[in-house]
Amino acid sequence: MQVTITVNNRSITRDVEARTLLVDFIRGELALTGTHVGCDTSQCGACTVLVDGKSIKSCTMLAVEADGHEVSTIESLEKNGELHPMQAAFRECHGLQCGFCTPGMVMSTVDLLQNNANPSEPEIREWLEGNICRCTGYHNIVKAVQHCASGTKGA
Amino acid sequence: MQNFEFHRPKTIAEAVAALKSSDGDGKLLAGGQSLIPVLKHELAMPSALISLADIGGLDEIRLDGDNLAIGAKCTHAQVASSDVVKNTIGALAKLAGHIGDPQVRNRGTLGGSVAHADPAADYPAAVLGLGATIKTDRRAIAADDFFTGFFETPLESDEIVTAVLFPKAEKAAYAKFASPASKYAIVGVFVAKTGGGVRVAVTGAGPKVFRVTEMETALASNFSSDAIKDIAVSADDLNSDVEAGAEYRAHLVGVMARRAVDAANG
Ligand SMILES: Cc1cc2nc3c(=O)[nH]c(=O)nc-3n(C[C@H](O)[C@H](O)[C@H](O)COP(=O)(O)OP(=O)(O)OC[C@H]3O[C@@H](n4cnc5c(N)ncnc54)[C@H](O)[C@@H]3O)c2cc1C
Ligand code: FES
Ligand code: FES
Repeated sequence: MQVTITVNNRSITRDVEARTLLVDFIRGELALTGTHVGCDTSQCGACTVLVDGKSIKSCTMLAVEADGHEVSTIESLEKNGELHPMQAAFRECHGLQCGFCTPGMVMSTVDLLQNNANPSEPEIREWLEGNICRCTGYHNIVKAVQHCASGTKGA
Repeated sequence: MQNFEFHRPKTIAEAVAALKSSDGDGKLLAGGQSLIPVLKHELAMPSALISLADIGGLDEIRLDGDNLAIGAKCTHAQVASSDVVKNTIGALAKLAGHIGDPQVRNRGTLGGSVAHADPAADYPAAVLGLGATIKTDRRAIAADDFFTGFFETPLESDEIVTAVLFPKAEKAAYAKFASPASKYAIVGVFVAKTGGGVRVAVTGAGPKVFRVTEMETALASNFSSDAIKDIAVSADDLNSDVEAGAEYRAHLVGVMARRAVDAANG
C-alpha cells in the first residue's frame, strides 16, 4: 500500500505492507534508528514518537495508520547543531546511562511539557508510566525534566 | 505478524460492508492498543483490518438529557481532559486518566475498550457500574446484557459500537488496585448512585466484569463504607495468576469497594 507520511518535516511516500509497524517504517525504511524497540508488549516506551504532536508508541501503530499524518522522531529535535532543551537537560542532569530508553524518554517528556509546562515531581513520575529505564533509577530523568521545565537551560 | 488487507472507509455503512465482505474474518481497528499487541502475538490473524479513523461523528462528547453520550472513537486522553465529563461524571474522567500510560491514552478508545471486553480493563467497570447503554450501528444494548464472558460480548462480527450513554450520577467513584507493570486492574471497583439506584461493578477479579448485589442492597439503604464492611466476596470463580491469587482478589474487592464508596462520598 502506498503511504505518504510527513516525517520530521519531510514528506515521504513509500510502498509498505499493511502489517508494517510505524517503528519498523521509521527504522527500516527511513534508517532513522534513534527510535528504539525494547519490548513486544507495548510497555517500554523506547519507541515513543510524536504523531500530530502527541506522544504515541510507534510499535503499537501501523505505518498505514500514519498515512497523511505528521511524525516527529528524536532526530527532529536538534536544530543547527544545538540540542533541544530537553536533550540538553538530560545531558546536564545525567538523565541517561546506556541511553537505550533515552529517545523515548525525551519524546515523551517533550509531550509532557507541551501539556503541562510546569509539572510537579509526582506528575512527571506518573507521566513516565509508559517509559521504562533499566539503568538510571529514574531520579535523574525526573531532575532533567524539572531542569528543562524551569528553563534554566533556556527553552 | 501475518499480513492483512487494510481499509479506511469514510462511513459506517462502508465499514459494515467491508466487514461483511471479509466473511467474519475482518476486524475493526480503533486505537490499536489492544488489537495490535494481539496481532503481534498472532492470537488473532484477521484477513482484513477496517480502520475507523476516517469515519466522522464518532468522537463527540455531549449531554443528551440525563445521559452523557461519549462517542466510540473518543480517546482515553480526550475523556480524561473533557470538561463536560469532569463536570457530570468526574469519576469517569479520572478512570480514563488512569488507563495504562499517556501514550496508550493518546490512541486507545472507549469503543475499543468495551468491544474488546478485557476482563481487567477499566471502562467495563464504569459501563456496568453506571448502568450505561452501548449504542451500535443497529441497536442499543444495556450494560447488564453486554459483558457476557471472557473477552465476550453480544456484538456481531460486523457490528460497530458508535457511542456509550452513561447516566449522570449523583455519586460515583472508581478505585483500582493496578498491576504495577501494565496498570490494568488486578481489582477495580466502580460504585455509583444514579437515578436507577446503587450499583457496584468489579473488574479484574473474575473472568468478566460483574456486580456485587449484596453490596448494592446494603449501600442503597446506607451509602457508606461501613455498610459493606462485613460483606465478604467468595473467591470461587475469581482469577488466580502471577499478579494475585483468588483469595487475595476476593479480599481486594472489599477493600476497593470501601475506598470507592468513601471517594464517592468525599
Ligand atoms: C501498555 C498498555 C497498558 C494498558 N493498560 C490498560 C489499563 O490500565 N486499563 C485498561 O482498561 N486498558 C488498558 N490498556 C488497553 C487500552 O485501554 C486499549 O486502548 C483498549 O482496551 C482498546 O481500545 P482501542 O481503541 O485501542 O481498540 P483496538 O485495539 O483498536 O480494538 C480492540 C478490539 O475492539 C474492536 N473494536 C474497536 N473499536 C470498535 C468499535 N467501535 N465497535 C466494535 N468493535 C470495535 C476491535 O475490532 C478489536 O477487536 C492498555 C494497553 C496497553 C498497550
Ligand atoms: S518497543 Fe514500543 S513500547 Fe516497547
Ligand atoms: S539509560 Fe539505560 S535504559 Fe534508561
